[in-house]
Amino acid sequence: MTTALSATGLGKQYGRRWALADCTVDVPEGRVVGLVGPNGAGKTTLLNLAVGMVRPTTGTIEVLGHAPSDRAEQLGRVGFVAQDTPAYSGLSIADHLHLGRWLNPRWDDDLAKRRIDQLGLDPSQRAGKLSGGQRAQLALTMAIAKRPELLVLDEPVASLDPLARREFLQLLMEAIAEDNLSIILSSHLVGDLERVCDYLIVLASSRVQVAGDVEELLSTHRRLIGPRRDPRSLPTDQQVIEEDHTDVQSTFVVRCDGPIHDPAWTVEQLNLEDLVLAYMGRARHGEDANHQRLSVLG
Amino acid sequence: MIHLVWRQFRVQALTTLALLAVVAVVLAITGPQLVHLYDTNVKPCRAQGDCSLVTKVFLSHYRLLQDLGSVVVVLPGLIGLFWGAPLVARELETGTYKLVWMQSTTRKRWLAVKLAVIGFASVALTGLLTLMVTWWSSPIDRVNEAPFAVFDQRGIVPLAYALFAFALGMTSGLLFRRTIPAMVVTLVGFAGIRVAITSWVRPYLFAPLHFTSALLLPQGNETSNPSPAALLRPGAWTLSDQTVNGTGRVIGQEGAISSGGGHMGVGFNYTGVGRATLQGVGPCPNKFPPQSAPVAVFERAAQACANKFNLREVLTYQPASRYWALQWCEAGIFVALALVLVGVSFWLLRRRFA
Repeated sequence: MTTALSATGLGKQYGRRWALADCTVDVPEGRVVGLVGPNGAGKTTLLNLAVGMVRPTTGTIEVLGHAPSDRAEQLGRVGFVAQDTPAYSGLSIADHLHLGRWLNPRWDDDLAKRRIDQLGLDPSQRAGKLSGGQRAQLALTMAIAKRPELLVLDEPVASLDPLARREFLQLLMEAIAEDNLSIILSSHLVGDLERVCDYLIVLASSRVQVAGDVEELLSTHRRLIGPRRDPRSLPTDQQVIEEDHTDVQSTFVVRCDGPIHDPAWTVEQLNLEDLVLAYMGRARHGEDANHQRLSVLG
Repeated sequence: MIHLVWRQFRVQALTTLALLAVVAVVLAITGPQLVHLYDTNVKPCRAQGDCSLVTKVFLSHYRLLQDLGSVVVVLPGLIGLFWGAPLVARELETGTYKLVWMQSTTRKRWLAVKLAVIGFASVALTGLLTLMVTWWSSPIDRVNEAPFAVFDQRGIVPLAYALFAFALGMTSGLLFRRTIPAMVVTLVGFAGIRVAITSWVRPYLFAPLHFTSALLLPQGNETSNPSPAALLRPGAWTLSDQTVNGTGRVIGQEGAISSGGGHMGVGFNYTGVGRATLQGVGPCPNKFPPQSAPVAVFERAAQACANKFNLREVLTYQPASRYWALQWCEAGIFVALALVLVGVSFWLLRRRFA
């Protein structure tokens, strides 16, 4: 099976700073992948590497089975909406659609026009006069109408107000409902992605903290609350992600494939946000103490 | 791709074409009048002899339009500034490169098409303006007989300048990724290279020729000496005009001796009765008249002294016959520089953005 995105030991260095380090991850095709992490975690770098905007310093990356490249064929298979959803401010919406038609052999002009129509946008409107949300919609329309196999969206809703945010994601889901399209979208807020993605990658401190199917992640992570206890005394199949101790009580977030039998624990389910926060917290700890090599989970 | 490049460029292109059309109309109306003036005034007088007054009157016509020559000089720089520099820099600055690079067209092609379309437009525009100005100015050029004075406004060099300025603008845009710094670098770089090549390369592309004659000091009412430049074939480009003594040492410029001070302004100083010294050369062997003597007597003595010392005037020049060879050589240099810049810009694109 080909993967939508497959990276091995991927790293990108800007000057002396590693924007992304030692990233190994496999994303299956046909998923809606949420890439979550705090600002500056390396999300944009990973996505730019995936679409071939930048070249890796170390490691390899494959997108849809091929190295991201400047080849026209590979470019046609990947749609990208950059973080600031750039558009030519002097050109009209219609001009942008023409541009798409001229430059993309698989361009679906009907789809593009229909979407602009649905959005209630005037095709003769200049892109410079559009609101942030409208410009994001234009960029998304262009990315979808080129009929890519993988759609990459970098913080598509970051600049939108909550209502426009919901609308954007809803329209995104509608637009892709019929196609067997893989999507990777990033956000620093997990709440944005919770409703739409079925696969999650948590990126923090330039490294992948965890990656996997959302359902599976939720079913294998739990919060244990009980009397104070040394984490080293936990069973070996329970991997501690986060721990918190008071004088008498310990709280752990653990990853564990099997059920928890110990009756001393009160076991709680985690929601996606808790899970992401636990991993981000661990990354910050790891960074502070710099003691632990963080494993990348597929 | 060509559609998009044209769509982005068409407003500028059409505006420029409209301006050019206005210039063309003005020149088309006034040009024939200028030819008529030449045919009726200058031509008959030339057949007779001295025409200095007639040509002076002739050259006073259409003063403003004669300045179009300087537009030909400035235009390549403007092209570099306003077409070259923003071409890539604007896209990098506003982020639109991320939009266009993610269409199913390679970056190399994107750059190549931009380069070809706007580069061609730059050369074509400059070529058209040069052609119009050359045609319009031909009667004036015939009167002036100084093709080297308008070397960079005529022929093929303006086209090469335009290509170079455009390539410089584009490359600095790619290098600095900001429009304003790219414009500054283009302006400074273009002006600097043009001045450098004009003053240090163009005169020596071919080994200059020399013309040596005995030094003639000014006589009668003339303010400067009768220049031997008049002895050269018309249209030559004089690079230097030096006065040398018997041993070949340079003792002055433009037919004068040293600073040109002293009595009568040609470098003689009285050192006693009947004796004078030539600055930088030595005491004159011949007798000098008293200072109260008529000017003509003094001049004769001074000339005799100059002859005794075997003073000569050496002209270093490029003959008019080399005009086109120099045009092709200089154009070749600028085209070569432009090609190097194009190579650099593709290399930058590959290296920094791949």
